[in-house]
Amino acid sequence: MENVGALALLLAFCVALYAIVASVTGRLKKKPFLTLSGERATLAVWVLVSTAAGILVYSLMTGDYRMAYVAQHTNRDMPPFYKFAAWWGGQEGSLLFWSWLLATYGAVVVFTTRRSHRNLLPWVIAILSTIQLFFLTLNTFVANPFQVLAVDKVVTSVADGMGLNPLLQYWAMVIHPPFLYLGYVGFAVPFSFAMASLITKAPGESWIHTTRRWTLVTWLFQSTGVMLGSAWAYHVLGWGGYWMWDPVENASVLPWLGGTAFLHSVMMQEKKGMMKVWNMVLISATFFLCIFGTFLTRSGIVSSVHAFAESPIGKYFVSFLALGIAAVIWLILDRLDYLKSESELESVVSRESSFLFNNLILLASCFAVLWGTLFPVLTEKFSNEKISLDAVWFNRLMVPIGLFLLLLTGLGPLFAWRRTSIDSLRKNFQWPGIGTLVVAAALFIGGMRYPYSIISLSFCFFVAATIVMEFFRGASAIGEKSQIGFVPAVIELTHRNTRRYGGYLVHMGIVLMFVGWSGHPFNITSVGEVEKGGMLKVGAYDLKVVDLTQGDTPNYEWETAVLDVSKNGNHIGTMEPTRRFYKAAQQATAIVALRSRLNEDLYINYAAGTAGKATLQAYVFPLVDWIWIGAVTLIFGTLVALVPSKVARSYRRTEVVGVTQKEVPVPGGEVKNEA
Amino acid sequence: MRKYGKFAVLMAIIIGSLLWIATASVSGSKTYYVTIPELRKMGNEASVKRVRVGGDVQNNSIVRGAGFVRFNLVQDKLTLPVVYEGRDALPDTFKDGAQALAGGRLDSAGVFHAQEVQAKCASKYAPKPGVAPDGLQKQVKPASTSYKS
Repeated sequence: MENVGALALLLAFCVALYAIVASVTGRLKKKPFLTLSGERATLAVWVLVSTAAGILVYSLMTGDYRMAYVAQHTNRDMPPFYKFAAWWGGQEGSLLFWSWLLATYGAVVVFTTRRSHRNLLPWVIAILSTIQLFFLTLNTFVANPFQVLAVDKVVTSVADGMGLNPLLQYWAMVIHPPFLYLGYVGFAVPFSFAMASLITKAPGESWIHTTRRWTLVTWLFQSTGVMLGSAWAYHVLGWGGYWMWDPVENASVLPWLGGTAFLHSVMMQEKKGMMKVWNMVLISATFFLCIFGTFLTRSGIVSSVHAFAESPIGKYFVSFLALGIAAVIWLILDRLDYLKSESELESVVSRESSFLFNNLILLASCFAVLWGTLFPVLTEKFSNEKISLDAVWFNRLMVPIGLFLLLLTGLGPLFAWRRTSIDSLRKNFQWPGIGTLVVAAALFIGGMRYPYSIISLSFCFFVAATIVMEFFRGASAIGEKSQIGFVPAVIELTHRNTRRYGGYLVHMGIVLMFVGWSGHPFNITSVGEVEKGGMLKVGAYDLKVVDLTQGDTPNYEWETAVLDVSKNGNHIGTMEPTRRFYKAAQQATAIVALRSRLNEDLYINYAAGTAGKATLQAYVFPLVDWIWIGAVTLIFGTLVALVPSKVARSYRRTEVVGVTQKEVPVPGGEVKNEA
Repeated sequence: MRKYGKFAVLMAIIIGSLLWIATASVSGSKTYYVTIPELRKMGNEASVKRVRVGGDVQNNSIVRGAGFVRFNLVQDKLTLPVVYEGRDALPDTFKDGAQALAGGRLDSAGVFHAQEVQAKCASKYAPKPGVAPDGLQKQVKPASTSYKS
C-alpha cells in the first residue's frame, strides 16, 4: 500500500513538471493541444495526490503501525475522528495535506475558467504547478509520509502508536489546521492570476474580478482558522489566554494582515485604477507570507533554542521563498509601465487616502509582527546571541496600531472619493463624534482608569454608531420609497449591495472583538490550594469546595473538584473543573469549568492535585465572549459579501458625480456605495 | 509635488512613531536564548540579563514543594538545577523527559530561578527528524527505484 502511495506522489511530481512545460511551451508556441494537455495534467495531479492522501488516511484509520507516520501520530484507542485528523497532525502528513488542497484548488481553477481567460490560464497553471512541484519535492524526497519502520532493513510494526497529544484532542484544534491551510493555500490562486496577468500584460483588472471570490473565501477561511486557534487556547490550555504572540500564532496572522490589506486596496484599483504596483506587491507578499507561515509552523525555526539545524525542510523553504521573491520582484520591475496609475491622490480627507493609510498601517503591523517573530533568528545571525521579544513588546506596538486601525474603520467608509466636504464630514461624524466623547467621559467618571480600554471602547462606540447610521439611513430611505417595514428594508438594502453592507458587518465584527479585548486589563486572578470544605474567592464569586473526587477510565484517570459557586452571596450553581491524565500519552490535561456570560466569564482550572488537596486557578475574564461573538459576526458579514448583489453591478470605474453627500439622492443608491 | 507633501508628512509621523515605540520597547522585553553551556560561559551577565535556557527535564528530578517546583535541565551532559517560582501552574506538557524552556535569572550559587517555563513533549509534538521513536530504527523503504532515503 505505502508503495502505491509513494509511487503516486512521484508520478504526481513528474506530471506537475509536465504541466509547467506543456503550458508554457503551448502558450508561447501557440499550440492549443499542448496547453490543453497542461490543463489535463493538472487534473491528473489531483487524482494522483488524492490517491496518495487516500492511502495515508486509510492507513491512519486502519492503524497500519508499520508506517512511521501512523505510529507517531495515532494509537489504537483514539476515536476515528482524531485518527482522521492525524492526517494534518504531523509534518509529513500536513505537507501532503497542503499538496492535496493545492491540487484541488488547481482542478477547480481549471474547471471554472475552462471557457474564459484562455490567455491567462496556461500561465496560471504553470505557476500553480510550480508551487505544487515544490510541495511534491518535499513530499517525495524530504518528508515522505510513507516511510515504514524497520529494524535492520526488515519492516517491523509496533504494537500501538504514540497517539495524539491530548491537548490537541479538542474539536476546535481538529478543524483549526484545515481552516488555516485552506487559507494559506487559497492565496496561491489570486497570486497565480496576478502573476499571469503581469506576464501576459493582460489589459484591465480581470485578474482582480476573477479572483475576488477566491480571495474573500480564502480570507474567510483564514480568519476562521485564526479565531479557532485563539478559541482553542482559551478553552483548553487552562490559563485563559487567547493570544500570546507565539511564533506559530504570528505565522497565522501574518498572511491575514497582508490579505486584509489586499482586500481593501483592490477597491482602489477597481474604482480608480490606482495602486496597481502596490496590489501586485501585496498579493505576492501575502502569498509568500502563507508559504512562510507554513515554514514557520512546520520547521520549528523560532520556537526552540537552536532549532535551525534541526529541520531538513528549512533550507528548501528558504530557497523557494528566495527564488520566488526574486522572480516576482524582477517581474514587477520589468512590467512597471503596464502598472501605471490612472488617477492621482487629491486630498488627505478622502476615501483614497483612508485606503492608503489603512494599507500603510496593516503593512506596518505585518512588518512589525514579522520582525518580532524573526528577531531571535536575526540576532543569532548577526550577533551570535539569540534574543527573543516577548508578548509585552508586541502588545506595546500592536495595541496603538490596532486602535488607529479601529478609528480608520469608522472614518474611511464615510469619506467620499476624491475629497470630502466639511458639510459631509459634519453630517456623518457630528453625532457619532459627540457620542464618542460622552462615552469616554462616562467611562472615566465610572472609574475606568486604563487609557487604552477607554480609547478602545469609545472608538468601538464611534465605529458602531457610523455603521448603524449607514444601515439606518439606507433602510429608512428604501422603507419610505417602497413602503416596507424597517427589517425588510435592511435586508433589501444589504441585498442591493452585499459587498458594501457585508463589509460593514465585517467591520462590526472587528468592533465587537475590540470590545472583548478591552476587557483584558480587568481580569481577576486567584490561585489557591484547597481541601474539601475549603473556600476560594475570586472577584465577586465565592467557590466552596463540596467534594474532591477521582476516578479511572481505560483512556485516562481523572480528578475533579466539585464547587458550589455563589456570586455576591447568591448561589448560582455547581462547577466541576477536572484534570485528566491520559495513560497512552502519559500526559495530563485540564478540562476547564467555564461559566460564560456576556459581561464576564468565570473560568476555573484544576491545576494540580495531591493527597486530598487541589490547586485551583480561578479567573474572571470580563467581556471575553464578545471576541467570539465578533468572530461569528465577521464570518457572517463575509458570507453576506459573497452573496451576489441583487442589482447587477458593473465595477467599471465611475466618475464620482457629486463631491458632497448632498447630491446623493438615495443613500444606498448609486454614487459612492460601490466599495 | 506639494500635493503629496501632506501625505508624506503624515506617513513619516506614523512610521516614525511606530519605529520609536518598537525600538524603545525592545530593551524592556528582550530575552536571551541560551543553551546550558552558553549559560555557564556567560558568567556574571547571566544574573543581570533575562535569559531563557533550554534543555530536557531530567528523569525523576521534579520535586514539587509549596510555592515552588525544583527540577534539573540536562543538555549535552551538563545539568542545570532550576527552581520555578512563578505563579501559574506548570504546563501540562511539563514532565520527565520533556523539552523545556525556562525563563529567568541565574543566581550566584549556580541555581536558575525561573519565572516561566514552557515545555513540549519531545516525542509527540514534533519528533526530531531522523531520530527513531522508542528505539526503533526508522528507515525508508524505497517505494520505487528512483530515490532512496
